[in-house]
Amino acid sequence: MTPMDFLQLVRGPLFDIALTIFIFGVLLRLFEIIILDRKRDLSEARGGEFIAGSKTIFRRFKPDREKLQHSPVPTILGYIFHLGFFICLLFFIPHIELIHSALGVSWPGLPNFLVDVVALITMGALVGLFLYRLTNPLLRFLSSFQDYFLLVVVFLTLATGYIAFHHIIEPYPLALGLHLLSVELLLVIFPFTKLMHTFTVFLGRYYNGAMAGRRGVQS
Amino acid sequence: MSTTSLQRGLEAWKEEMDAPLAAFFSSCVHCGICAEACLFYTETGDPKYTPIHKLEPLRRFWHQEFTLFGRLLKMVGLSKEITDAELAAWEPLVYDSCTLCGRCSQACPMGNDITYMIRKMREGFAASGHVPPGMVGAAGRAVRIGSPMGVKLSALQAQIGHIEQESGLKIPVDVQGADYMALLSSMEIMNFPEYLEALARIFEQAGVSWTLCSEAFEATNSGVQVGSKDIARELLQRVVDGAEKLGVKCVISPECGHAYYALRWEGPNLIGRTYTFQVLHILELLDQLRGEGRLKVEGQFEELLTFHDPCQIVRKGGVLAEPRNLLALISDNYVEMPDSREFNWCCGGGGGVSSNERAEALRLKVFARKKRQLDATQAETLVTACANCRLMLEEGLEEYGMELPVTGLTEMIAEKLASSSAEGRGERTEER
Amino acid sequence: MSAHITLGEALRRRGVSRRGFLKFCTATASMMALPPTMVGAVAEALESAPRPSVIWLSFQECTGCTESLTRSHAPTVEGLIFDHISLDYHHTLQAASGDAAEEAREEAMHAHWGNYLLVVDGSIPLANPGYSTIAGMSNLDMLKESAEGAAAIIAVGSCAAFGGLPKAKPNPTGAVSVADIIKDKPIINVPGCPPVPSVMTGVLAHYLTFGTIPELDVYGRPKVFFGQNIHDRCYRRTFYDRGLFAKTFDDEGARKGWCLYRLGCKGPTTYNACATMKWNQGASWPIEAGHGCLGCSEPDFWDAGGFYRALSIPINDPAAAIGIGVVAGAAIGIASGAMAHRKKVEATHHREPLKVEQLEGKA
Ligand code: SF4
Ligand code: SF4
Ligand code: SF4
Repeated sequence: MTPMDFLQLVRGPLFDIALTIFIFGVLLRLFEIIILDRKRDLSEARGGEFIAGSKTIFRRFKPDREKLQHSPVPTILGYIFHLGFFICLLFFIPHIELIHSALGVSWPGLPNFLVDVVALITMGALVGLFLYRLTNPLLRFLSSFQDYFLLVVVFLTLATGYIAFHHIIEPYPLALGLHLLSVELLLVIFPFTKLMHTFTVFLGRYYNGAMAGRRGVQS
Repeated sequence: MSTTSLQRGLEAWKEEMDAPLAAFFSSCVHCGICAEACLFYTETGDPKYTPIHKLEPLRRFWHQEFTLFGRLLKMVGLSKEITDAELAAWEPLVYDSCTLCGRCSQACPMGNDITYMIRKMREGFAASGHVPPGMVGAAGRAVRIGSPMGVKLSALQAQIGHIEQESGLKIPVDVQGADYMALLSSMEIMNFPEYLEALARIFEQAGVSWTLCSEAFEATNSGVQVGSKDIARELLQRVVDGAEKLGVKCVISPECGHAYYALRWEGPNLIGRTYTFQVLHILELLDQLRGEGRLKVEGQFEELLTFHDPCQIVRKGGVLAEPRNLLALISDNYVEMPDSREFNWCCGGGGGVSSNERAEALRLKVFARKKRQLDATQAETLVTACANCRLMLEEGLEEYGMELPVTGLTEMIAEKLASSSAEGRGERTEER
Repeated sequence: MSAHITLGEALRRRGVSRRGFLKFCTATASMMALPPTMVGAVAEALESAPRPSVIWLSFQECTGCTESLTRSHAPTVEGLIFDHISLDYHHTLQAASGDAAEEAREEAMHAHWGNYLLVVDGSIPLANPGYSTIAGMSNLDMLKESAEGAAAIIAVGSCAAFGGLPKAKPNPTGAVSVADIIKDKPIINVPGCPPVPSVMTGVLAHYLTFGTIPELDVYGRPKVFFGQNIHDRCYRRTFYDRGLFAKTFDDEGARKGWCLYRLGCKGPTTYNACATMKWNQGASWPIEAGHGCLGCSEPDFWDAGGFYRALSIPINDPAAAIGIGVVAGAAIGIASGAMAHRKKVEATHHREPLKVEQLEGKA
């Protein structure tokens, strides 16, 4: 298989398969959760659920005080990683083109050198998070294989993107193909791993906030 | 099924499964932030006390039974089944090291309400027979005698007699059609009878029509703490029956956190219908009276006060502003703890830990958290609004050799009542 | 042209000065990535190079490659080199036709057996030999026969090199490339649709100078000409790096000469000499003319997802994938959710209330 064959494969059928599995899996998981439903609470409410729940969705984007006090480095790295990843994903012009072609929506991109810097910083943050997870006794105890593996996969998507952009691996079709392949890997494992938190975090925060709000507490 | 069993425990878990639980399990990213929020971790440094880790068996069960992917993994034998031995080994994590304080639920960046999950987790542990003996004992006494501490009606009557004699006040019992029915916790009857006297004083001054109920005076609910809806319902039903029999408009939860939570928030869901009466925590009622100008006080406490927010009343119960309003009435010299209100640290004895003798050493160890918090305030008197907290605080302070009087907010109000009799007040102040 | 004169002689007769010839040699040497010290050697070798015999076969093609090579407006050294070879058979260019032409091919084959160069443009249909025949002979047979005595084969244009347009989906003729059929001869692929003329002559010059095949990449392309990435050499690259893109062919960005990535430019995946050598005696090249690179020197460029779709867009329309995902995800998700919900409801129905005695029994 030549590099171009490889690129055609990952740009063509493999991408389709990965996208299908991703969408399938995410919907499957969301339905599995939502259909379980929750019992109607019969206690007399002290406050509203909806506003409190919606508020919690936003409030918990704020850093946790205690974590920030005790271990500021991983907390900050975590923010950098999330922010950086979304900047690279959503503001790199080739990505915008992809989104535009699939969904028909588009927005202005960032200059490539900026995305480039962000990608480097994000990769740095990921390495930092990986090392922290590996060395901090608490996180080491909590971590399963998945926790490390996902960091590696996310790192790979950024690294291969960076490599392709800078033509570090030649020929380019191979580099671009590897980038696409790593993204496809991410898409395929997404619904079956904790990556699902990308979506369920909204559900979870809402439920938490709504249940607390009902009791008159803003969580 | 006439006995507890693993099978029965797993069935109970199936019943408990709901969308929030599934969303929470799906969201956890193993960030460890909840550990930092839990005093059992911060004071021991042992990662096994990470709140979400306490739920590991339930997480696996959810994944195996309630997700397609997990079912497939189980089918091909790639996920470990839950065993009775595993639950037995997990029991201390679920009971001894969790006070259901709700602090972790405030901290998780994913919004996981871990306390909610542990409450559900306990249903399966109870049904499979993995409950610490101390808590089983309390539940047994509650069901059979009517109080987890084994306090009988006769003991209450004796206390009533004492109080009536000493204060000259009348403590109404079984008054049909009274507006308010007051409940008590055993701990108040046995250790802090001042509370009942305070109630009588305040209500007399404010002209509140109230009563006790001889068939339902105990407010606490061991069933909730053990994690059995059935036992909890049985206990709660007594209160509901008592209140409905007397035809009261409102039931007043005493200064007891878990009693309030069980009565106010779990109760209607346990019996499957809304109440015909209202439920208020005593602080809520006092604050209402204050708002209506019916609570008249004179004089203030001079010493520096601080307030310990009982988890179940404040963070989980939503009674946040009331204690502050009431404190402001009787003191200018008040200081908040470094982490207060929704972020207060638990006394260490909630969630049944106080009746679980096995957990005592751990409980006293993690009290170090409270100690640091208290040290930072330099307060001279510690006020709270939960008899259980109060006892736990006293024990903890003693363990750490701290000289700090602990008192209940209701009593303090009663002490400064404008029209209360002078000698009673004098006596009480000396006692403290 | 006489069969015995050398290239140097032929050039002088055509009035090419020594200076002009050396300039060409310098350019060729640099094109071939040789150090400047080699210019003399190149000149000497070319000067005395004998005329090689060349047989040129055209199969399923459009003659664009031949046009590209022969349409020079002024006589150039490249053109003269092309003139210099003994083109013994080229059925587009030769005067002879029919049997006479075929005889010429056979004659040349016999006379130069083992030494002649075989140049092929066009792809070879395998689905049915009748799709393309010459004098009643199928392309496949003619290729095999002609390849046997060749010293080397140059596959000119993307059709010969990779199958090209005829091989584009759904490939009705079953077109294949030369390399798909001939496995035992050195093959130099000079892809492009058409190839840059100076690349073509450069390859010839290399062969004439060294008598060997240049170093090739994975696609059998001479690395000296196809080692460079269009995007890396593109003069619009600074705009790409700054994130300035033309969004349509007539917007402000297009007028300002911004990068054509969003208009489907395949420069980043394409390896060719356009950006450095340009076309029409260095006048311009596609991207300079305002159109994105089509990637014509890469295999299967027709099927690479559309000329006007950005490279980052997957080849196929995602609608099907999204549709299947949504329908299957919703259906199976609802089914699985319903099963889970039933499990919960059943557990609720079958429950037997827990008694405190039961707790005590085991505790
Ligand atoms: S509820 Fe409180 S004691 Fe229990 S795990 Fe959470 S923070 Fe720890
Ligand atoms: S804080 Fe939340 S996301 Fe983090 S480990 Fe705990 S439960 Fe999981
Ligand atoms: S026009 Fe094409 S080759 Fe030139 S910089 Fe843009 S994408 Fe690259």
